[in-house]
Amino acid sequence: MNYLVGAFKPPCNIFISFADGRSRKQVPLKKENGKTVMVALFQSQESIVGEVVIEPVHRKKVEHNGVKIELLGQIELYFDRGNFYDFTSLVRELDIPGELYERKTYPFEFSTVEMPYESYNGVNVRLRYILKVTISRNYVGNIVEYQEFVVRNYTPPPSINNIIKMEVGIEDCLHIEFEYSKSKYHLKDVIIGKIYFLLVRIKLKNMDLEIRRRESTGSGPNTYVETETLAKFELMDGAPVRGESIPIRLFLSPYELTPTYQNINNKFSVKYYLNLVLVDEEDRRYFKQQEITMYRLLETS
Amino acid sequence: MLNGTEDEEKWLAEGIAGIQHNAFYMHRALDSNNLREALKYSAQMLSELRTSKLSPHKYYELYMRAFDELKRLELFFKDDSKHGVSVVDLYELVQHAGNILPRLYLLCTVGSIYIKSKEAPAKEVLKDLVEMCRGVQHPIRGLFLRSYLAQISRDKLPDIGSEYEGDADTVMDAVDFVLQNFTEMNKLWVRMQHQGPGGVREKREKERSELQDLVGKNLHVLSQIEGVDLEMYKETVLPRVLEQVVNCKDDLAQYYLMDCIIQVFPDEYHLQTLETLLGACPQLQPTVDVKTVLSRLMDRLSNYAASSTDVLPEFLQVEAFSKLSNAIGKVIEAQLDMPAVGAITLYVSLLTFTLRVHPDRLDHVDQVLGACVKKLSNIPKLEDSRAMKQVVALLSAPLEKYNDIVTALTLSNYPRVMDHLDIGTNKLMAMVIIQSIMKNNSCISTADKVEVLFELIKGLIKDIDGADVDELDEEDFKEEQNSVARLIHMLYNDEPEEMLKIICIVRKHTMVGGPKRLPFTVSSLVFSALRLLRQLQGQEGDIVGEEASMTPNKIFQLLTQIIESLSAVPSPELALRLYLQCAEAANGCDIEHVAYEFFTQAFLLYEEEIADSKAQVTAIHLIIGTLQRMNVFGVENRDTLTHKATGYSARLLKKADQCRAVYACSHLFWVDDQDGIKDGERVLLCLKRALRIANAAQQMANVARGSGGPVSLFVEILNKYIYFFEKGNKQITSSAIQGLIELINTEMQSDSTNPDSVADAFLASTLRYIQFQKQKGGVMGEKFESIKL
Repeated sequence: MNYLVGAFKPPCNIFISFADGRSRKQVPLKKENGKTVMVALFQSQESIVGEVVIEPVHRKKVEHNGVKIELLGQIELYFDRGNFYDFTSLVRELDIPGELYERKTYPFEFSTVEMPYESYNGVNVRLRYILKVTISRNYVGNIVEYQEFVVRNYTPPPSINNIIKMEVGIEDCLHIEFEYSKSKYHLKDVIIGKIYFLLVRIKLKNMDLEIRRRESTGSGPNTYVETETLAKFELMDGAPVRGESIPIRLFLSPYELTPTYQNINNKFSVKYYLNLVLVDEEDRRYFKQQEITMYRLLETS
Repeated sequence: MLNGTEDEEKWLAEGIAGIQHNAFYMHRALDSNNLREALKYSAQMLSELRTSKLSPHKYYELYMRAFDELKRLELFFKDDSKHGVSVVDLYELVQHAGNILPRLYLLCTVGSIYIKSKEAPAKEVLKDLVEMCRGVQHPIRGLFLRSYLAQISRDKLPDIGSEYEGDADTVMDAVDFVLQNFTEMNKLWVRMQHQGPGGVREKREKERSELQDLVGKNLHVLSQIEGVDLEMYKETVLPRVLEQVVNCKDDLAQYYLMDCIIQVFPDEYHLQTLETLLGACPQLQPTVDVKTVLSRLMDRLSNYAASSTDVLPEFLQVEAFSKLSNAIGKVIEAQLDMPAVGAITLYVSLLTFTLRVHPDRLDHVDQVLGACVKKLSNIPKLEDSRAMKQVVALLSAPLEKYNDIVTALTLSNYPRVMDHLDIGTNKLMAMVIIQSIMKNNSCISTADKVEVLFELIKGLIKDIDGADVDELDEEDFKEEQNSVARLIHMLYNDEPEEMLKIICIVRKHTMVGGPKRLPFTVSSLVFSALRLLRQLQGQEGDIVGEEASMTPNKIFQLLTQIIESLSAVPSPELALRLYLQCAEAANGCDIEHVAYEFFTQAFLLYEEEIADSKAQVTAIHLIIGTLQRMNVFGVENRDTLTHKATGYSARLLKKADQCRAVYACSHLFWVDDQDGIKDGERVLLCLKRALRIANAAQQMANVARGSGGPVSLFVEILNKYIYFFEKGNKQITSSAIQGLIELINTEMQSDSTNPDSVADAFLASTLRYIQFQKQKGGVMGEKFESIKL
């Protein structure tokens, strides 16, 4: 077996590293095989500087038609598997065609790269950034190595952030008034609010607040919408009476949320909703969904 | 539903198992300082408390298990060297739990540490906790959660003098916190009545009462807060608590909480806020047992008043009595369908209160009784036995307090209340009154009071219409009448004029008592009158002529009338005795014709009414005894009477009785006084006659039974002989005595078949006496010397 593996093993190892790799913040990234790895974190307008080390295996000579490094921003739609839409593609030539005999280091730099979209790993869509090193060869296949990294973009706190307040109900049955302190939340925010019961004629069992993520991909007739419930937070246990006011305090930090994404490259959108669910004793559900905007606030720490 | 309890046991066991299981992993996490795991397992453990299947009782068991575990968790949280998270972060961290109940239990646990750390003002944390707990609206779960909150926050309230008191934290915050928690708990508790699994009403109420102490605990905490002074209690605590009590509109809660307020807060607070507290009573639900509440309040205040005399001025200052009185009036007015027993219980409490607090204010007592009369008069007939008992209590209270019926007699409403009792109870009450008089030895000394008193106890004095005579228990009746008889002796005045009035009044009342009662009362009355007579005699020197209306003659007339009433009974034996007593009294007064009259009456009775031979024997001895002591009679009268008496004696049925009566008659002719009659001849005549009768009796016995008759008769006669011999009756000679002794000896010997040890002993001691007299020497010795034994 070793022999066989060895036979198809690429004739050289390629290592990609960032210049500030030691000091740069690392974030976890879920790979396709389900494993989580730590990768470097960047934001838009940053320069991506580093070096590529190529080391031939067993000191064998490697002939090539040139070495290049690409920075790719890709959107991958799962229903359209295999098709990547590159919305960003930058190339640097690292070497002219020739032969490699020994370990060789190529520095590279993409300065102030425009990376408008954040990395995203959804149900039907993935947006990722990769560095791709290609050693082009004749006759035999190219040798390719990828290094993924994550991009997150920060937004300042919104200047307008209205409260969400609404009275809803079923006539002569249930009237409530709910209030969330804001309509826009950063990812580590706290949702503060209350639910005021104006009229209760049904026997309620409990009340939950759900955070739902709606991911829509594609466009026109080929639109796929996937909704997931990311959080289910019990607000109330038991049946309230008229006049009760139930407090809401939901910390968002434990949940894996992303900012709201609006029509990313005409390929997908991600929206967040607060869903207030009241359940009665016969397990009937009464709910009211409100969209909230999520944004990423620069963490000061 | 059939084996509901069985299922419940199962569910409880499952719940406990769940707690133990998760607690085990929690302990492991605690031991390895793993905060994340500790939070996870503690939340899972607390999830067991989310069950709806258990009754409060069982749920409490489950709660206590979790409570113990939470204490361990708290220790862990407290030590941030173990988990390395600041308490502020911890406070956020526990709020990530998805389920509300575990989340809030953990929040409270961390909250208590948060306060302790003083990293935030206590009031902020407390306010946050009490607000967040609103999320649990399920009654049982909410009550237990809030009870947990109350429990862990108890020692962390920013009370005066507490370490948590600061610029920002005042005792007001502590009070606010407890009041809010109390309000919410009460709401949940009340809601249990209307929500929850549809069960039987009783069952639900039972379950609720199992939980009442959780709610009441808050009031207890309030009362423990040092900073709650009278001012704050008056301005904030009481109004807010009462507001909640009134507004919850739930009878169970209202009753319990009112009682709770009364029990937990100090008496002086109640006294100063009486108006507010009482003002709430009419606002309670009509089904609330306000009377018990008020009774408890009054009991407490009474005890408070009794505890120290220093506090009495306070009572006066706040006009406690009139406020209470008004409140009771309002409550009774408001609750039309309140049973009589309730209203009366209230009055009893009020009465107890006023007796304790204002013992000098008889008008208050009378006022209470008056109010009670008013209430009772609206009720056609009091049939409730419990109500009766309460009325008795009401009436007994002043007696006990004042230890003096005289005071009670001045209460104009007292008899009016008694009128509302049924016959049995009325009697009972009358007995209580009499016993009170007896116990305290109080003397009723004016005619007016006697009049009132007899009005009170008229149940005992006469038959009341509608009474079922058959029901009367003979023993009880006797007991009652004996008491009345004793009572009559307690009516006494040194002033003869007044005393006569008293007697007349008593007579007026007792005369209507009917044949069954008269034998008991008449004798008392007679003796009472006789006492007056003696009294009169004692004073005679000073008041001669002055009081023409008050002559012994008049009293004797009265006595005659009194005794004559016995003829209706009829009770001749008693009447006879009383006549004889009167005769003796007349003797004392030196009024011959009256004494003679009484004897005549006695003899008439003997002749006409006393038919029973045994009674006759007794009667004749009484007559003889009395007659013997009489010294008022002239020769003629005396002869007539003695002649009659001896005549009756000789006509008794049994020979032995005849014999004894006859020898007793001998004393009629020998009064051992200075100027007493000393007719030796007739004495001897009597004794000889007695001997003849004894002989006859002996012979009759011999004939009838073939054995000796009563030798003892001879010995008795012998004793009489010796008596008169000693007294110097010349007609009784030593030879006669000797002859008699010999006769007896002969009789004894002939009667060997049937030895009579009693008679033997009697004879022996008689002979010994003679021997003794002989040996003593002197005049008597010489006299006896001539008797040969």
